[in-house]
Amino acid sequence: MVKTVKSQRPVNLDITTIKFPLPAIASILHRISGLAIFFGIAFLIWGLGASLESEESFNALKECLNGVVPKLILWAILAGFIYHFIAGLRHLMMDMGYFETLQGAKVLATLVLVVSAVLIAVAGVWIW
Amino acid sequence: MVTSVTSLGKNGLYDWVIQRGTAVVLGVYFVCLMSFLITNPDLSYAKWHAYMTSGYMRVFTLLALLSMAAHAWVGLWTISTDYITTRQMGAMATVLRVAFQGVCALLTLVYVIWGVQILWGI
Ligand code: HEM
Repeated sequence: MVKTVKSQRPVNLDITTIKFPLPAIASILHRISGLAIFFGIAFLIWGLGASLESEESFNALKECLNGVVPKLILWAILAGFIYHFIAGLRHLMMDMGYFETLQGAKVLATLVLVVSAVLIAVAGVWIW
Repeated sequence: MVTSVTSLGKNGLYDWVIQRGTAVVLGVYFVCLMSFLITNPDLSYAKWHAYMTSGYMRVFTLLALLSMAAHAWVGLWTISTDYITTRQMGAMATVLRVAFQGVCALLTLVYVIWGVQILWGI
């Protein structure tokens, strides 16, 4: 393997010793939700196919979505999207230089968590 | 330390820009689709079919699929090079990481082809 950096720099990433303040939680959830929706997309594309193939398969899909388990799966995927979207907006805002102070970052992280929680709850109501 | 360079752009800056650009496309697509679904309760097959197969939605969906592929690849690559490293996993790390990246790449490809088949009906 080609070494692109001359010295192995010291690292301390013993994750168990690191504290998780709110911005860190908002950040790691963004990562987890990104990973989750990547796999969730399989269900969505399958659903897209079923919804468009024919009137029968469209109705069968609707029927299927009356079940509790499919509703839960859909809600989970939607929750992942909602969180990743809201936290993604946080990333974009911080990239543009807003909310970069310690206090600002805390406020924004709290806002992201609260707004997503509300939207996810609304999505749940919408699905049921 | 991970020293293999298999990311999408030529370097981190390209990757960063790609991920932002595609994020905006995906965000707009997500909002559009959700708005349509929310404003059309009890959606009929005919209306849904007409909406999704309109020229505009076909192109937009294709764009979203391609953006998803680039976005997810950069994101998953970042995750794999953060956690599946020699420091955390020992000598097997490189093999594991490349295997993980292979699965992700394959799945991404399947998504894109599958989506295109649905909307452009090959
Ligand atoms: C098709 C759906 C999507 C998938 C599969 C996906 C997946 C991912 C993954 C796996 C990451 C890596 C996370 C990390 O490095 O910690 C990521 C990062 C990111 N996502 Fe998404 N994402 C999607 C949609 C979106 C949308 C709609 C937005 C818009 C707001 C967005 C904004 C971002 C941003 C800004 C980052 C960069 C974070 C960073 O630099 O750490 N993503 N995404």
